Amino acid sequence: MQTVQTNYFQLFGLPEQFEIDTQSLEVNFRKIQSASHPDRFVSATADERLQSMQMATTANEAYSMLKNPATRAKYLLELQGINAIADTNTAMPMNFLMQQMEWREQLEDAKAAKDIPALEQLMTELQAESKSIQADLAKLFDTKKDYPSATDAARKLIFIDKVCADIHQAIEQLE
Amino acid sequence: MALLQISEPGMSAAPHQHRLAVGIDLGTTNSLVATVRSSMSTVLQDDHGHSLLPSVVRYMPNGDVVVGHEAQAQQSTDPVNTIVSVKRFMGRSLNDITDKAHIPYRFVDGKDAEATRTLQIQTRAGLKTPVEISAEILKTLKARAEKSLGGELVGAVITVPAYFDDAQRQATKDAARIAGINVLRLLNEPTAAAVAYGLDNAAEGTFVIYDLGGGTFDVSILRLSKGVFEVLATNGDSALGGDDFDHRIYCWVLDKVRESSTNFAPLSEEDTRLLLTKARQAKEWLTDNFEAQIVCRLSNGTLVDVALTAPQLVEITQHLVTKTLTPTRKAMRDANLSIEVIDGVVLVGGATRMPHLRHAVQDYFKQEPLTNLDPDKVVALGAAIQANMLAGNKNDDDLLLLDVTPLSLGLETMGGLVEKVIHRNSTLPIARAQEFTTYKDGQTAMSIHVVQGERELVSDCRSLARFELRGIPPMAAGAARIRVTFTVDADGLLSVSAREQSTGIESHIAVKPSYGLSEDEITDMLKASFNSAEIDKKARMLAEARVSAGAIISSVTAALTVDGNLISDAEKQLIESEIQRLQLLTATEDATAIHNAVDALNHATEAFAAARMNASVSRALSGKNLEDIHL
Repeated sequence: MQTVQTNYFQLFGLPEQFEIDTQSLEVNFRKIQSASHPDRFVSATADERLQSMQMATTANEAYSMLKNPATRAKYLLELQGINAIADTNTAMPMNFLMQQMEWREQLEDAKAAKDIPALEQLMTELQAESKSIQADLAKLFDTKKDYPSATDAARKLIFIDKVCADIHQAIEQLE
Repeated sequence: MALLQISEPGMSAAPHQHRLAVGIDLGTTNSLVATVRSSMSTVLQDDHGHSLLPSVVRYMPNGDVVVGHEAQAQQSTDPVNTIVSVKRFMGRSLNDITDKAHIPYRFVDGKDAEATRTLQIQTRAGLKTPVEISAEILKTLKARAEKSLGGELVGAVITVPAYFDDAQRQATKDAARIAGINVLRLLNEPTAAAVAYGLDNAAEGTFVIYDLGGGTFDVSILRLSKGVFEVLATNGDSALGGDDFDHRIYCWVLDKVRESSTNFAPLSEEDTRLLLTKARQAKEWLTDNFEAQIVCRLSNGTLVDVALTAPQLVEITQHLVTKTLTPTRKAMRDANLSIEVIDGVVLVGGATRMPHLRHAVQDYFKQEPLTNLDPDKVVALGAAIQANMLAGNKNDDDLLLLDVTPLSLGLETMGGLVEKVIHRNSTLPIARAQEFTTYKDGQTAMSIHVVQGERELVSDCRSLARFELRGIPPMAAGAARIRVTFTVDADGLLSVSAREQSTGIESHIAVKPSYGLSEDEITDMLKASFNSAEIDKKARMLAEARVSAGAIISSVTAALTVDGNLISDAEKQLIESEIQRLQLLTATEDATAIHNAVDALNHATEAFAAARMNASVSRALSGKNLEDIHL
């Protein structure tokens, strides 16, 4: 399974940084899929089919990892040998912890009140927060190369992603 | 017209040969088969000029099996032995069927005590599984195609509802196997429709495919760009379709009849089928008319004579229309899109002819839906295009389909909770691994329960398989590291493997035996479906071994010519000597030895295949394509 060790940025021919050219990512993803997708190897040998399956799988995994800012940040840290979601990495600034609890409470209240507009409002708020953290991350990773601070910011982003997923699910269950 | 040359299935044909491949839409109400001829996708007709084959199978008193219009004509007189809408039962157990009382079949639960076993139907030809009944429909379509095309099929693409779960997909593939069809790919119906629509209209942009068939509802959102069809999200309801509208009308008629007659006896199986047929006809009539008259005489002499108006139909079925909008909203949210960015909404499936349904779709998307392709045929036409490409025929449109898994896949953890391993709407193929650990000290086995669905509790999801990983060395609780890998292939089928990391003890399962048919059952059905004289197992095995030997020799030889420079001379010589050995063995009668030599050659080319794949990806990335620069 040598393809699994591939550096995802190299796979797509992109520089290893937080700010990425999403169009190049998309175009190169499609090129790799065009060359490796199992549909291209239906009557090939077992080996070639296996290679195709592995490459197409890796490309899908890599694409979804780099497309999403939170997982992209997490992956960039992994390349630096930092596990952003390790249990030891629990320190969060006090004000973010407070903010976190507030969002959770809002989510639970809106869920209990079956208030879909409130949930959507909260989602918008979180997305705005996410945008501003992404701007920070671009500076921390690409200019300052300040990985400890990037780890903190990435953890915030991962947390916001999680709350968004929960809001998403709450709306779905209310409908 | 010159005779077309047909190679044996699985054999790689010379480049100029056209390989016969078809797309099959195995529908709830009707089924179709289409193929690409002279670069045009065309639906194949039967001798009477019918394109649609009613998905109706009748087991005759003389032992024959009749499929299609002839069977449909007898459904009210012989309802118990005439199976309609069998697709609703694919990959299902008796527990899954909620409206048993209104279906005129004699259901029998699967053999095993476990309630998850696939259901069976008692007919005069014996117990039949939905897989076998579907295989009869597929056999008829295969025969139609081979007659019309004048040769044996290399394979077929068979469409399934996007929202079909693993058990339903596997059941469809099993049915094809029993019908003697080589499945090139299972393709999601809305994706097939998108291919037909997109290529026909040179469409680019973001499209919604709203597909309401006889028994299933799918909605898919796709991005179409330069021949790439990328599914962004899919959702649906695999138990909602045109049949439910018929059923509503049927219930409404019964209520009317009960109002006017004081002692109304329960309906016979014949009457149930008759009234359901009348209900369907009324629904179709109301597409273009204001009022439908439902008239028939029941077996007890009661005369049914009621009128149903279009507004009444809207009233009694509006909740079903609304029910399709919930999955639609979910798909839009999963794709993270708002309705303003949708470039078009394509309607698929006969049920989308209903005016009130069209209005509801139009109201939701704030644009008029696209209906310029026949909603009954578009799925088969799209499947044929993919089949043509997969069979290796030269294609003007270099298309690539990137589909997704419709439902999340996970494992049961402590407390009956689901840990999702693969999330819905992940692009296929996909592999994901998750590590688990032991709960008790000295625990040596772990029970792995694979489920599919979105809910948090195992009991709310569909159970796909259970298997055990044994032989874990006794360790303290939490010390073992068990890595469970889920793999979903391009057909949307799941396989799961588990491995204890420190010892390497491994267990693997194609998710199948605990749901659906076992390998033995399929073999029995296969045997039963061939005439005993026709099949000499040994001869067939030898023929198959030779075909696969021929295929691998020609493909490896071709690869060496093109990419031989990617490996060292020593590696090259090793491969060449394996080819020679295999060539010599092909002349013998020893199927096992040929198989082993094929495996050996496969093994010898592993590194070469990997090097070729990497080279081909690098070529794809560095290839300067002017169009792509502007994208």
